[in-house]
Amino acid sequence: MENILQVKNITMVYPTGVIANKDVSMDVKRNSIHAIVGENGAGKSTLMNVIFGKIHPQDGDVFYKGEKVNFRNPNYAIKAGIGMVHQHLMLAPDLTVAENMILGIEPKKGKIFLDTVNALETTDAVSKKYGMDVPVNKKIKDLPIGVRQRVEILKALFRNAELLILDEPTSVLTPQETEVLFETLFKLKENGKTILFISHKLSEVKKLADSVTVMRDTRVITTKDAAELTEEAIAHLMVGRDINSGRIAEPENPGKVRLSVNNLSYIDYENVQILKDINFDVRAGEILGIAGVEGNGQSELVNILTGLMRPTDGAVSVDGKNIIGMTPRQIRELRISHIPEDRMENGVADIASLEENFIVDRYYKSEFSKKGRLNWKYIKDYSVDLIKRFNILTQSSKTPTGALSGGNIQKVVVARELSSDPELIIAAQPTRGVDIGSEELIHDLLKKARDEGKAIFLISADLDEIIKLSTRIIVIYDGHITKHFTDCRDIRGMDLGPYMLGVKKEEGASGKIHS
Amino acid sequence: MNPLLSSIFSTGFAFAILRVMTPLLFPALGVAVSDLAGSVNIALEGIMLMAAFFGVIVSAFTGSLFLALIAGLAAGILMGALLGYFHLKMKADIILGAIALNMFAAGMTIFLLFLFTGDKGSTSSLQSLVFPSIEIPLLKSIPILGEIFSGHNILTYVALLFVPLFYVLMFKTPLGLRIRAVGQNPDAAESVGINVDKIKLYALMLSGLFGALGGLYLSMGYVSWFSRDMTAGRGFIAIAAATLGGNMPIGILLASLLFGFVNSIAIYIASLNVPSELIQMIPYLVTIIALAIFAIRAQRVKIKVGGEIHEHFDTGDAAIPVADPGKGDS
Repeated sequence: MENILQVKNITMVYPTGVIANKDVSMDVKRNSIHAIVGENGAGKSTLMNVIFGKIHPQDGDVFYKGEKVNFRNPNYAIKAGIGMVHQHLMLAPDLTVAENMILGIEPKKGKIFLDTVNALETTDAVSKKYGMDVPVNKKIKDLPIGVRQRVEILKALFRNAELLILDEPTSVLTPQETEVLFETLFKLKENGKTILFISHKLSEVKKLADSVTVMRDTRVITTKDAAELTEEAIAHLMVGRDINSGRIAEPENPGKVRLSVNNLSYIDYENVQILKDINFDVRAGEILGIAGVEGNGQSELVNILTGLMRPTDGAVSVDGKNIIGMTPRQIRELRISHIPEDRMENGVADIASLEENFIVDRYYKSEFSKKGRLNWKYIKDYSVDLIKRFNILTQSSKTPTGALSGGNIQKVVVARELSSDPELIIAAQPTRGVDIGSEELIHDLLKKARDEGKAIFLISADLDEIIKLSTRIIVIYDGHITKHFTDCRDIRGMDLGPYMLGVKKEEGASGKIHS
Repeated sequence: MNPLLSSIFSTGFAFAILRVMTPLLFPALGVAVSDLAGSVNIALEGIMLMAAFFGVIVSAFTGSLFLALIAGLAAGILMGALLGYFHLKMKADIILGAIALNMFAAGMTIFLLFLFTGDKGSTSSLQSLVFPSIEIPLLKSIPILGEIFSGHNILTYVALLFVPLFYVLMFKTPLGLRIRAVGQNPDAAESVGINVDKIKLYALMLSGLFGALGGLYLSMGYVSWFSRDMTAGRGFIAIAAATLGGNMPIGILLASLLFGFVNSIAIYIASLNVPSELIQMIPYLVTIIALAIFAIRAQRVKIKVGGEIHEHFDTGDAAIPVADPGKGDS
């Protein structure tokens, strides 16, 4: 099979002096699905931006369809037939699907006016052609994220893209939406398209890709047929060492009950019952995992436990003390920490520095401030120590947090939450969107905290994560607990699935330890 | 009947509403067009003032209504472009840039006024032309309707005509689509090769054009002279009108009518024995009340929309369990 794209000896050094790609070469076969994997900062995104003409390398060449190209800007790449689906979708929320698709290449009627009929017809035709049904006259903001992403792909196809670049397309999707995306990508391949996708979820790579390029530390390590590589082998190549993906050792013996949730219910303002009669305990020295398809009440549960929302009914106590009605700070004062599910929304302030984000929950304590004045010298030393301990990649402790990669921002959140010496840790999606190396680090930290006798409540949409870490698992479906697994040693994803979908349920299931 | 009520229900009052509304409708459309492009333009006050001034001056010295129109429009568009230059090219904050332009316009017009007339208050010594009022054939002979809708200044009709025109421009032309796209997600627009700064500049210039018409009406229709600070906050009330109208043409028209109504009432009450300071307060008070109501409503809608979006993500019952079940085996 011929190569649709070849990059040869690309070296990219940013004006800041940061080397992002060193002598990178890669061939992409026409009509294949090609994955690029690597940890955050390995140089994947830089390489994509070079191909797409967004940045220009100091050295090396890009060949597209056998010809040497040097796209001045992405518009030239688009014209040549390359489409990019960004991680953060490039769509105008108040415009319709059709309007988003035709934007920039609008069909005209009588030179001045928009040909809306033509716009609807042609966009609908494209979506039908590739079997990616979207409601072309609906507004983007009214569509779920999976459909929005489909629109983004269609936008590229509408511009006759032959090579589609997808930048971590599954990081924003729920597992169900991911499945749909995969079907779409397979269909596109059948239609003769070439797909280049960036990922660090190895199960996805194995499932989807024909060939895999592994990048590590600005270089390409290898390009191979996906069939030749196991997940473990890819992980090894990516990180440069073995990754422990097996279940962690059982805890010695869990202690007393720290967090106790009793008959908790929550009904929202639209009178929808989000949580129904939830009961569970979390003991010191154990990790209680809650498995469930996202949107079954987990977020509300976390918000209630951390004082961000009030339940309609029920009691939550920590060490026997009722916490309902307490402010988040009062709850934190009880040595409870919270890794929020959305790091950008609730985890960090992106324009604030690392230092500021580290102290945001403790600035008022005497080490950090006296008489209303912050002790910046101490804060700096404190932050530098955290950066080192949690292996955060940053230029300095004064860098705006938003300038870091996703995985490193997550490490900032984890560092803050674990360094407050908590007794109870509420960890929601603690490794979402982070690379394997960081994931392993965070898992190790959680295990260490558990072994030190902390109580951990783990909420995750990643079943593998739940199974790897949890001492006990409860399953939530439609706001109530459908199953409690007390022994998780031989548990498999298949065992949880039916309870997560509500196909099977155990009447009156609760996560109480005595039941 | 109470004299106030009887005047409110007169055709003369309805006529006055349209008259008073015109210098709000134009700048409100101007605010909306730049708002839709993602630039908050609070310089309409200055834009109107400049256009009002140059219209009068040029008409007085050339005797040409056409040249006056051109001069006024040019002044407005130039102000819009200047704001674009500050904001887009020099990367200044658009609010600060607009405040500077408003102050510049207030000072500059007085300075030039003195230069041309030796008077720092108004152009009453100059003979300014006015845009003609027109009687609409047929319509004028219909009782009541004719009295309300016929005989207005031509610019009032232009303003009403601009309402559908605005809709066509924003929703039925590629430029409008691009303006809205740029306003909603500039990165998205840029990713499909749209020059975001250029579109924003166009929007600001359009904003200047709309504002200029409002200014011209004020000095050459509503009255026939220019006086210092004659816009009297209309450029700011226009922001309120655009907000209330949701940046949509019909909404803006209704909001402008509301403010026109309140202003007319203020004018009518002035004939009664009420302190004039209180009366002058009414339009501004209504602006605040209207905006407060609007904000509360918007908040409610937002909560609701948030809930709906959330539900979309909840409809996860149709498909496959979370992870690949086979993988759990490993």
